[in-house]
Amino acid sequence: MLVRDIVKTLDAEILTGEENLELDIQAGCGADLMSDVMAFVKDNVILLTGLINVQVVRTAEMMDIKVVCFVRGKQPTEQIIELAKSKGITILSTKNPMFIACGLLYKAGLTGRGVWD
Amino acid sequence: MGLSGQKVTLRYTIAAEDFISAGEASSHVKKTLNKLGIRHELIKRFTIAMYEAEINTVIHASGGEAYVEITPEKLMVKISDNGPGIPDIEKAMMEGWSTAPEHIREMGFGAGMGLPNMKRYADDLAVESEVGVGTVVTITVYLS
Repeated sequence: MLVRDIVKTLDAEILTGEENLELDIQAGCGADLMSDVMAFVKDNVILLTGLINVQVVRTAEMMDIKVVCFVRGKQPTEQIIELAKSKGITILSTKNPMFIACGLLYKAGLTGRGVWD
Repeated sequence: MGLSGQKVTLRYTIAAEDFISAGEASSHVKKTLNKLGIRHELIKRFTIAMYEAEINTVIHASGGEAYVEITPEKLMVKISDNGPGIPDIEKAMMEGWSTAPEHIREMGFGAGMGLPNMKRYADDLAVESEVGVGTVVTITVYLS
């Protein structure tokens, strides 16, 4: 699923990283616990989270996650956006809460999951 | 830039209780490994493990130091601190076991996944700890 279509599906705002709109995303990870995200092995992933701090961007960087969407209308600080920008990570914000955001993407065909050992 | 038989070493100071800059060392290592042309999957495993260790140093100790050694055979990082030490390493290796304070949990960490994640991604993980003295975590990922 293209990032462009994810933006439409979630009615999301693009806060930085328009350059990734044509990226093809294979799986979604919804978590507020960054250590859980780091146990999630998969490429081309979108991370949906309700957690707002710079470590979300750092976690995405380590995991090679190119798209992060903050749920429930949460607005990241300028510092978070700037760090994401410098790492080439797209930041989205949707008014949908976590469960609905994940459901909308799943319904739209983003059914890929990560691999746990 | 490539790894033509030589050794690359990097040293970092991990600031105490500085949750904002936690992860900067791992980020720099990731950049360096990318420049050296190390395989993507190995970089990811190594830097995730290092990042978890870096976060742990910020959470549990008053910061620490990271020493990274890159050779054609392996990626190795030794993260040492002068923190409280781990009384029961076996327990600390269990998923979900944590002594992190509430404000750390609110930041998305401290859920007892740090050491298990390091073990998951490292080829070798060594944890040496003495209560009241500190902890040294050594993470190794083999390149061949």
